[in-house]
Amino acid sequence: MTLFFHGVADPMKQFEVKKLFELPPIFGFDVSFTNASLWMLVGVGLCIALFGYAASRGKIVPNRLQSIGEIGYGFVADMIRSTAGEEGLRFFPFVFTLFFFILFANLIGMSPYAFTTTSHIIVTGMLALLVISIVIVFGLWKNGLKFFGLFAPSLGDMPLLGKLVIYAILIPIEIISFIARPLTLSLRLFANMLAGHILLKLFAGFAVTGVTVGGIGLLVAPLAFGMGIALNALEFLVAGLQAYVFAILTCVYLNDALHPSH
Amino acid sequence: MLAIILAADAASGAEQAAFPPFETWHFPSQVFWLVLLFGTLYIVLSRFILPSIGNTLERRESTIASDLDEAARLNDEAVQAQKAVEVSIAKAHAKARETADKARSKIDKDIAAETAKVDAEVDKKLAEAETRIAALRADAMKNVEAIASDAAESVVAKFGSKAGKADVSKAVKSALGEG
Repeated sequence: MTLFFHGVADPMKQFEVKKLFELPPIFGFDVSFTNASLWMLVGVGLCIALFGYAASRGKIVPNRLQSIGEIGYGFVADMIRSTAGEEGLRFFPFVFTLFFFILFANLIGMSPYAFTTTSHIIVTGMLALLVISIVIVFGLWKNGLKFFGLFAPSLGDMPLLGKLVIYAILIPIEIISFIARPLTLSLRLFANMLAGHILLKLFAGFAVTGVTVGGIGLLVAPLAFGMGIALNALEFLVAGLQAYVFAILTCVYLNDALHPSH
Repeated sequence: MLAIILAADAASGAEQAAFPPFETWHFPSQVFWLVLLFGTLYIVLSRFILPSIGNTLERRESTIASDLDEAARLNDEAVQAQKAVEVSIAKAHAKARETADKARSKIDKDIAAETAKVDAEVDKKLAEAETRIAALRADAMKNVEAIASDAAESVVAKFGSKAGKADVSKAVKSALGEG
């Protein structure tokens, strides 16, 4: 029985990275093509295929697939407009790439035997670092030192002493929350994908072991199976939602770089 | 049962590296492929695909806008044409009425002229006839006088008295005048 659990129900096995092709190291770093790389490639390929098709068809009257591509375009554009204004549209290609890269990775992860690239902290962490780097570099380039006004929101009319007291409390909080941004941004996506896939695997495992154990297990198995189905639906929601959250928070942070004074 | 499974998981976990996402050996590979693939996706999307989709959306919008403009223009044209038709119908009506009025008044004038002419002729004929009648009457009266005078003379002569011709005719005349 232990052997059986070992083979099937280990919920961590799905996150294991395996080398598929050994590649010569670059600057001493092992950059071998792994299963993670493969599924990332699949996601990027599907993304390019879908939007490439929508772009190359380019008819005035769209068919369904072209319509889907154009709805994606309008969706991201509206998201940026509503959070960062018209000026935010200069980051449209970046936010678009980010949103659909994560969405495709999350959704591909929902297919059995596929690898969820966004369930690795290194991937989500790099994406979050990229976002924050762009916010900082662009914010400083556009606003100069005024960018740091981000940490000291204007308080309006108030006696000087009151202002000093409030700033003494507020500025550290703002700085900490700014530093926390890349952490929360990366951890949220990573933890959601990881936990969701572990849960799916666990309940699927319960169903299978319930049947093989027999006895009371036969009663547990259908419940676990039903739970697995419900969780599957939930995970599809989470896959879309987390991509959306990542993209919209990116827009909010970019808005700070565009307009640092609250 | 849960305890059994968890124990089993713990056992299997202990054999392997505990937590794949925190294994560091694959980090360089993950970063390398992420940069490569994300970069590729970004370049392909921002250089080729997104401008093209944006272009299509813009083209669609402008096509719809220009089609609507065209529809509005054609509608205006139709309204103008209808107005023109109405105006020309009104003009035609007016012209027809005018023509009819003209014809009617001309006919009226003709009728009046003809009537006047005929009336005048009739009057003339009547007058002629009256004068002729008067002449005939006068003639007839003269004859009656002569006959009456003759008759009276002869009657008087028969009674054996003689009367002057002038007296007789005078008496006849007065008798006739009374009669």
